[in-house]
Amino acid sequence: MIELSGLTKRYGDKVAVNNLSFTVRPGIVTGFLGPNGAGKSTTMRMILGLDHPTAGDVRIDGRHYEQLKDPLTAIGALLEAKAWHGGRSARNHLLCLAQSNGIADSRVREVLETVGLTAVARKKTKGFSMGMGQRLGIAAALLGDPRILMFDEPVNGLDPEGIHWIRNLMKSLAGQGRTVFVSSHLMSEMALTAEHLVVIGQGRLLADTSMADFIARNSRSYVRVRTPQRERMRDVLHTAGITAVEAGGGALEVDGGKPERIGELAAQHQIVLHELSSQQASLEEAFMGLTAESVEYHAQAGPAPGPAPGQAPGPAPGQAWGDGWRKG
Amino acid sequence: MATTQVLRSEWTKIRSVASTVWTLSLAVVVTVALGMLIAALSNSDFDSLSARDRLSFDPTYISFAGMSLGQLAMIVFGVLVVSNEYSTGMIRTSLAAVPRRGTFLFSKIAVATGLSLLVGLATSFLTFFLGQAMLGEHRAQIGDPGVLRAVFGGGLYMMLIAMFSMGVAAMLRSPMLSLGILMPFFFLVSNILGNVSATQKVGRYLPDQAGSRILQVVTPIDDDKPYGPWGGLGIMALWVIAAIAGGYVTLRKRDA
Repeated sequence: MIELSGLTKRYGDKVAVNNLSFTVRPGIVTGFLGPNGAGKSTTMRMILGLDHPTAGDVRIDGRHYEQLKDPLTAIGALLEAKAWHGGRSARNHLLCLAQSNGIADSRVREVLETVGLTAVARKKTKGFSMGMGQRLGIAAALLGDPRILMFDEPVNGLDPEGIHWIRNLMKSLAGQGRTVFVSSHLMSEMALTAEHLVVIGQGRLLADTSMADFIARNSRSYVRVRTPQRERMRDVLHTAGITAVEAGGGALEVDGGKPERIGELAAQHQIVLHELSSQQASLEEAFMGLTAESVEYHAQAGPAPGPAPGQAPGPAPGQAWGDGWRKG
Repeated sequence: MATTQVLRSEWTKIRSVASTVWTLSLAVVVTVALGMLIAALSNSDFDSLSARDRLSFDPTYISFAGMSLGQLAMIVFGVLVVSNEYSTGMIRTSLAAVPRRGTFLFSKIAVATGLSLLVGLATSFLTFFLGQAMLGEHRAQIGDPGVLRAVFGGGLYMMLIAMFSMGVAAMLRSPMLSLGILMPFFFLVSNILGNVSATQKVGRYLPDQAGSRILQVVTPIDDDKPYGPWGGLGIMALWVIAAIAGGYVTLRKRDA
């Protein structure tokens, strides 16, 4: 379990991480989502005690990182950037880590086998491709057989087969009851692996929710209507109390509408339809909407622009995104 | 976390990179080769020396002449051992594995210091014996008064130079910056400060000037240094302690 309370990091005037509080629980994959520069890596470095928080606190199973005896046996981490000496072989890199934490030398061979680097174990790591580098980082994370695993952007640089492998690895680690905390800037990636979701934007907590809940709340469903008699269709819908907005390509979109009802109305008024379909906005769009709002929320000095046509209405003014999630 | 674990780990680190081998071999080769060359030249030059110069002729010290250049390789060794962690990004992995930063830094310095002492002593003995062989009839014997002290001192001197460089690298982090300051300092600035009369009184307290006093067996006639061989090495040791303390404070306070 990883517990953050009021975690804050400032670099001069810039706030990289702003009062983050959440808990990462065992037994599930928790996704840590945010656009590039949202503060994900800074947060992870603070969890590992590499960066000192300006304020607040992180605890690993109730203890501060530097209080952990042999920390690699408690928490293993894959860090974002290459974090090893390129002139050292993969085997020696893992060996010096194992020795520092009293881990048996035989584990080195095991984890190299697990990540599929046995054949290049004695090669200098500077010749490694990005994907091989990711695998070496994952091997280092697994070395101490820790109860908690943390991966910063693990699919970066991996080929499709590697991506598939890491997804299954994370799921199986969580299935063994371990805590798995994984960051990404790709919603689609998280949707495939994470059961729980923590979203940050500009260092601020935007959402701390289950994936199912996030999907239910954020995937906007709408009905798409194409007709040569567009104005008449709009009037009919308007009379029936349904708001339709213009979308690209001459189509109309009705938020949350039922295609059955719209089809019946069109038939009643003898309107020709070229298309009548149920649509669902992707999670990626929902995520972008969420984080874009956080940017607007910060930048608001004067009157805020109204929601763009076709966009889900924003939260009540003065209320931060995330407040609603935590209450819900 | 047991310190012995971290010491083992640091030993694995230091023996598994190529820079350790080439910096240390360079220190041996350069010191010994230059020492032999200068000893041979001094030998053939002896007859043309004045009586006064013959009195202060120090065959032991002459055989250590190569150390002024060989110490630069020791500096590179000391700098790379520490700053490699930063330039490669390894420091994040290292500190995640050993979060107690004092344990991490002092274990690393201890291992590298032990190695530099071994190599330093080997260099010192080698350059002494080979240098004396070039000096012919003017040679010193290892049993002569003060000679063994100077030869052991040569090993300690090289160790302290490496330690000082580790401390400076821990403060500055960047290998280029550390080398860019240390190399010209020890090769040029210290020599200039030590030889210009206006700055001589300050210059002789610099780490290499003070430390190299231990290499001398025959005290020059006009020598007015206020410290003896061990006093000089003590002054150098104080510089080392200050540099390492500075490096420790930097590592404690700053983000990795």
